[in-house]
Order: sequence, then C-alpha cells, then structure tokens
Amino acid sequence: MQQSCMNGSRFKKSSSADAQRIKKEFTTPKGAPQPGTVRGGTGTHAVGRWCSAPLVADDSLGAVMTCVAQAIVRFDNLTLGYNRHPAVHHLKGEIVAGSLLAVVGPNGAGKSTLLKGIVGELRPLQGCVELIGISRENIAYLPQQSTLDGSFPIVIYDFVAMGLWAQFGAFRSFNRKARQRIEEAIATVGLHGLENRPIGQLSGGQLQRARFARVILQDSPLVLLDEPYGAIDANTVRDLAALVRRWNGEGRTVISVLHDFEHVRQEYPETLLLARELVARGSTTEVLSEENLQRARHLAEAQGEVSGAPICQANSIAEHHH
Amino acid sequence: MTILTDTLAGLPLFSPFIEFGFMRRALAGCLALSLGATPIGVFLMLRRMSLAGDAISHAILPGAAVGYLFAGLSLSAMTVGGLVAGIAVALLAGGVARNSVIKEDTSLATFYLISLSAGVLIISMRGSNVDLLHVLFGSVLALDDAALLLLAGFASCSIVAIAAGLRLVVLECCDPSYLARISRLSPLAHYGFMVLVVLNLIGGFHALGTLMAVGIMILPSAAARFWGDNIVPLILVAVLIAFTGSLIGLLLSYYVNLPAGPAIVLTLGGLYVLSMIVGPLGPLVSRLRPRWHFER
Repeated sequence: MQQSCMNGSRFKKSSSADAQRIKKEFTTPKGAPQPGTVRGGTGTHAVGRWCSAPLVADDSLGAVMTCVAQAIVRFDNLTLGYNRHPAVHHLKGEIVAGSLLAVVGPNGAGKSTLLKGIVGELRPLQGCVELIGISRENIAYLPQQSTLDGSFPIVIYDFVAMGLWAQFGAFRSFNRKARQRIEEAIATVGLHGLENRPIGQLSGGQLQRARFARVILQDSPLVLLDEPYGAIDANTVRDLAALVRRWNGEGRTVISVLHDFEHVRQEYPETLLLARELVARGSTTEVLSEENLQRARHLAEAQGEVSGAPICQANSIAEHHH
Repeated sequence: MTILTDTLAGLPLFSPFIEFGFMRRALAGCLALSLGATPIGVFLMLRRMSLAGDAISHAILPGAAVGYLFAGLSLSAMTVGGLVAGIAVALLAGGVARNSVIKEDTSLATFYLISLSAGVLIISMRGSNVDLLHVLFGSVLALDDAALLLLAGFASCSIVAIAAGLRLVVLECCDPSYLARISRLSPLAHYGFMVLVVLNLIGGFHALGTLMAVGIMILPSAAARFWGDNIVPLILVAVLIAFTGSLIGLLLSYYVNLPAGPAIVLTLGGLYVLSMIVGPLGPLVSRLRPRWHFER
C-alpha cells in the first residue's frame, strides 16, 4: 500500500487546528504547487490551499503525516473499479476533518464507488485511500443499496440500537444511559411513539429516518451518505438535512453523494464533481458552474463504450516523468 | 404424591408417559429438540435458508452411514461421521456458490442429492432395511441414555450460544453488510451459526432421522411467523409450537399405533396449517380483518 502511495505527484490541503474554519475558508483546488509551505507540524497556517510537498523516499512519509494531521481521508492516485474497468480513475486529494462535502456527478461517475472505497468494501485497483485518525469500523456509512432485509421481524427500537455496536458490541447489555440515548435518537428523527413497530411496516421515509437514527448512535467523526434522499418526500429531506447540518456543526465530517444540485447549493459549502475522473473540487458555487457540469457530462458520455478499452498507462507515464 | 400420579395416570393425556419409560424418554428428547433446534430453525427461515437446512440434513446421511459401516448402529460413530459430513457440505456448498456461476440453491441441491444417494447406498450395502429405516426416520421411541444425553447436550449448547450471540445472529440475518462493516465477528456469526445448524440436525437425526430432522426446525418456525412480528416472541412461540406438536405426535403414535417420527412431523405440519388459518398474520385472517382502522 505504501508503495502505491509513493508514486506520482500529490496534491494536499493542509490545515490548522480549527477544521470548522477551514471548511469556510476553502478556496480553490487549483493552487500552484508551493513546496514546503505545509511543513512544520500542526502549527502551520497554510489554510485552505492545495499544495504538493516534494517526496523523498523514507522520511517523506513522516513529513506527510505531520503536515496533513487535519485530513481525515486522503486519496492517493486512487483507482477503484469493477472487473478491472475503473469507476474512479486516478483520484488525488484529501478531505479535511470537519468538511461538509457533496459528491456529485452523472450516473456511473463513480460516486458510490468512491464511498465504497473509503469504507473499504472495495479494494483499490491502484493507489490507496488513507484514513487518518479513524478506523474503518467506526465510519458511519449509509449505503444506497443496503442488504437490510425489510421483512425481518425486528422493531425500530432494536434496529436503531444496533448503532451502539461500537460501544456495546455483541454481548454487553444496554445500560440506562444507552437506552436513553436510543430513545433520544429515535425522537430526534421524529419516530417517537413508533419504537415498537416492526421495520417492515415503515414507509420509505420512515425507514430512512430510522437508518439516520442508527447513524446518530454510531457517533462517528466521519459520516458517509450515499444518495440519502432518493424517493423521499420534502418534509423528510428537510428534517434529515437539518440533522446533517447538526452533525457538521458538532465537528463531524459528512460526505454525501447527491443528485439534487439545488439542495447541494443550499446545504453544502464544498463539492466534489466526479465523472470517473475528478472534474472539479472546491466551493460549491464554483464547482457547479455550467462549464464544469457540461465537461462532466461529456466525460460520462465518452465512457459509454467499455469493451475493447485500452489498458490505462497513466501510472507508467507518471513514473517515466520522474 | 402417589394420589397425584394415580389421577394423572388415569388421564389419557398423561398415562402413556407415566406408564412407559420409553415414552418419557421420547418426550424429553422432543423437549430438548424443541428448545435447541427450533430457535435455530427460526433463523434459518428468516435467512431464507430453509432448504439449506434440508440439504445439510441429507448431507449428514453418508457421514453417519460411514460411521455405521465401521461400527454398526453406534451412537458415537454415527454422530462423528455426521458431524464431519454435515460441516463439510455446509462449507463446501457455500464456497461453491460464492466462487462460481452456480447459485446457492442449486449448489445445495447438488450436494444433497449426491449425499442422500451415497448414504442410502452405503447403508444398504451392509445393513438391513430396518437399519435404513432407522437412519432415515429415526427412533424417537428407542432413545437410550446416551442418545438422550447427546440431544440434551446439543440443545444446551445451542441455547447458550443463541442466547449469548442473539445480537450477532439477528444482525447477521437482518443487515449482514452492516454487521460486516462494524464488527470483526461477522464470520463467527455466519460459521458459528452453520455449526449450530449441523449440531442440531444431528440431534434431530438421532430422534427423527435425516428425512424428518428439519421438520422440527422449519415447521414450527414457519407456523410461528403467522403469529408475531418481533424476533424474541417469535422464537418463544416457535418453541411452544414445536413442543406441543411433539407431544400430540407422540400421543397419536401411541394410541393410533403410528410410526412416531412421521407422526410428530405431520402434527407440526397440521399446526402450521392451523396457524396459517387462524394466525393474525396468516393469509386468511389478514384478508378477513374488519375494515375499521385507527385514526393514526
């Protein structure tokens, strides 16, 4: 893994201790490389700027670790895919702790794949995802297509309670405080009074609320939501979006795959536009420009044909340059 | 005390169990099976693996048959043989399904057809038809101490395992990929559960035979599903149905002179049909439910 991390040039965003501030001060992904500015540990103030640090064999890794202490996820030349066809292609960059990031793009752009890569459900074809300061089990991930068996005879209370797994595991019994937290989480998502209803009797919106309640209990610093508002009414979207804002306000990093640009413009300060490759990243208003969106559409259309695709040489070319 | 037993002995419901030791043993064996195997059956059903249980129970046959080949109708030899064969097929069938174009149901069907024919062949090579019937349909009326202890032991193991691992097993059934993400115990939940299935099928095999062993797992579970929508009550109702069915089946076999194993399983089948008709979640009752409704 470390080998693949050493290849190629690297963009990274460094930050000071206040992750909340960085989110707002984030400027543009296309800064000119400024070697060296980010070195010097947690006290540096190269806020909201992308930079590339020169990498020199072994000691570079330590330098990288210190200069990006505030990043929570880092993509290094990340290529994810199915059956050797890439769905996310040579993605580089970082997500700063405390970000509220929307991932948008056409269908098949690799948005869901990217989240699967972050939680480790999909092994990278190349490059790597690094999680900083969080383990895979602690990520709260709401997949688009879950394996949840809606006909399973379990009531909302028990279903939501499974969010406490990290603390109580398989065997410990819930104490009074835990039961109180479960009830609070259910009330927060507006399902109070339905604790004893089987999940099979819930509407789509109610089930999504229950899944959000489970995320509340997971109490994770990194929340990944994959199209959380598909086929869900406006009221539910409003309530759940408020919850997302609250999570972000508590300093959690939230990454959401979304389709509704209007919603993204209203709720998400930062956006990553993906069309298998990174099209744009930065403040939402800049990323969601007509030009960028058109470029993403073109890229997605160009990728329609997959049979007989040539083998990607990007990495060997990069190596030649060095 | 004697007065009490005398009055009970006068009742046709109790007299066979008071008069005859073999009936008491049969009842105790059935109680062990109801407590041990039926909860496992509930989870098999909820995981849509009822047929997998069937396949594994048949897979036990050639293993038990090889044990029989070496040691005759010996409890320990047949148990060990069955255990090895059952676990091997449970793992193999899952492995083949995951790593090839064959789907899991087909994979299980192939294994159980092969095992069943191999088992019948091995036993008929050496033994009599009586032995074959014994293996296929069990001998609940001839449980000796060792067999009873084995049944009780397996039942105890599985009760403790299910009680301790309930959260794991429920989540493994209900939302397996969530479990796989948040816990490293996910493989334990899967394979541990399969081992419990095999253990209980072997217990059932001694009492009811390979063909009937799945009956006491699946039929009460399916019947209980018509009665409730919450997992723990579901398990309790299933256990109750299993034991009631066994009791009625044993009495039927005593009074009407029927083979005990099939009588028990058929009674369970009857309770299933009854639950389907009168159970609140059954197809009939949910259709006939009155038209009034709550305000919210």
